[in-house]
Amino acid sequence: MTRLRYLPNVVTLILDSEKCTGCGVCTEVCPHGVLVIESQKARIADRDACMECGACALNCITEAISVRSGVGCATAVLNGMLRGSEPTCDCSADATCCE
Amino acid sequence: MRFRVEPGLYAAGSPTQESPVLVSANYKMSFDRLRSQLGGLDAWILVLDTKGVNVWCAAGKGTFGTEEIAKRVDVVGLGEVVSHRRLVVPQLGAPGVSAHEVARRSGFSVVFGPVRAEDIPAFVSAGMKATPQMRRVQFPFRERVVLIPLELVTGAKHALFLAACFLVLAGLGPGIYSLHRAGTEGVQSAALLLAAFAVGAVLTPVLLPWLPGRAFSAKGAWLGLILVLSLSAFAWAHPGTFENPASTGAWLLLIPAVVSYVAMNFTGASTYTSLSGVRREMRVAVPVQAACAVIGTGLWLAGRFF
Ligand code: SF4
Ligand code: SF4
Repeated sequence: MTRLRYLPNVVTLILDSEKCTGCGVCTEVCPHGVLVIESQKARIADRDACMECGACALNCITEAISVRSGVGCATAVLNGMLRGSEPTCDCSADATCCE
Repeated sequence: MRFRVEPGLYAAGSPTQESPVLVSANYKMSFDRLRSQLGGLDAWILVLDTKGVNVWCAAGKGTFGTEEIAKRVDVVGLGEVVSHRRLVVPQLGAPGVSAHEVARRSGFSVVFGPVRAEDIPAFVSAGMKATPQMRRVQFPFRERVVLIPLELVTGAKHALFLAACFLVLAGLGPGIYSLHRAGTEGVQSAALLLAAFAVGAVLTPVLLPWLPGRAFSAKGAWLGLILVLSLSAFAWAHPGTFENPASTGAWLLLIPAVVSYVAMNFTGASTYTSLSGVRREMRVAVPVQAACAVIGTGLWLAGRFF
């Protein structure tokens, strides 16, 4: 199928190769194949595919990855602006918003 | 109506103390889908309290998370039910679940299972190994179109309110309030606004990969232009549809603004947009949409009096 791509050169994903042990957990949790292991180190292979979900950073035991994670939802950003807070997802309780 | 499952430990088939433990959200549809996709596999299902929200959403909020897993393992006494020390957590839960933290706090190691429940039997029989394909999130046609009803329902409130405002305001004009104008131009205006909303809510998901641009607001603006062109063609064929030049100009701005806005809000339902990207597109799109909406509404109101 047609690969859907979002805006280029925006994501906040940073990988510190010094700290990386090449365990591969980040490549397992990433839903978009952003990271690959090459010569026993993680490498960002497809930065623009990153959706900043934060799964890789949260699961990297050596804290080699950092990303400002959040949900890429305009409604949440608007809600946040109206309330003067961080983006807040309104899809509470029963909602199936990002299903 | 609450689509929730009581958090706790459930049996699928006839699990033994060696059977795998699959972690799920307590959103009823996630739970039911998981059960129906097991294909006769005997397993335990550990249902977390995610307030009735699906795995991905709940992981983003942190309710499907390290904390809740550790707590639930403890509450159900999982250590006494199974002899192994392993949890299968859906990969989409990973933004909320730190595998090494869960292990430290509960003594259970985490294996991230496939993205789609339908791949679980294959994943388990391969010795808890997921193929790269099982790990990838896509956003295919079928997954996009099922979101349409939700897009329509969540947006309907605002769209109907806006349409009602235009309906009522259409009665304004030189002289006294005219019910006749509300009934003709007002109904037409309300219909145009609702059409713009419906086009945004339905065609954005359907045509997503084929609409030009990467920003959703741009995709929506294109859809809006297509709608404007279709209406122009219609007006061309039926002279007299749009007599008032000011209100005709208004719709050239209002329709793309509405469709662009509706499309932009579909970012939340999509599976590949980043927060930084959404912020970037909104910095440009929101002021443009707002300007079009304000100027368009001004022109439309001016059209009442000229
Ligand atoms: S999880 Fe961390 S340590 Fe492991 S490969 Fe990825 S970046 Fe390297
Ligand atoms: S933040 Fe999410 S999408 Fe981005 S690289 Fe990490 S796991 Fe992949």
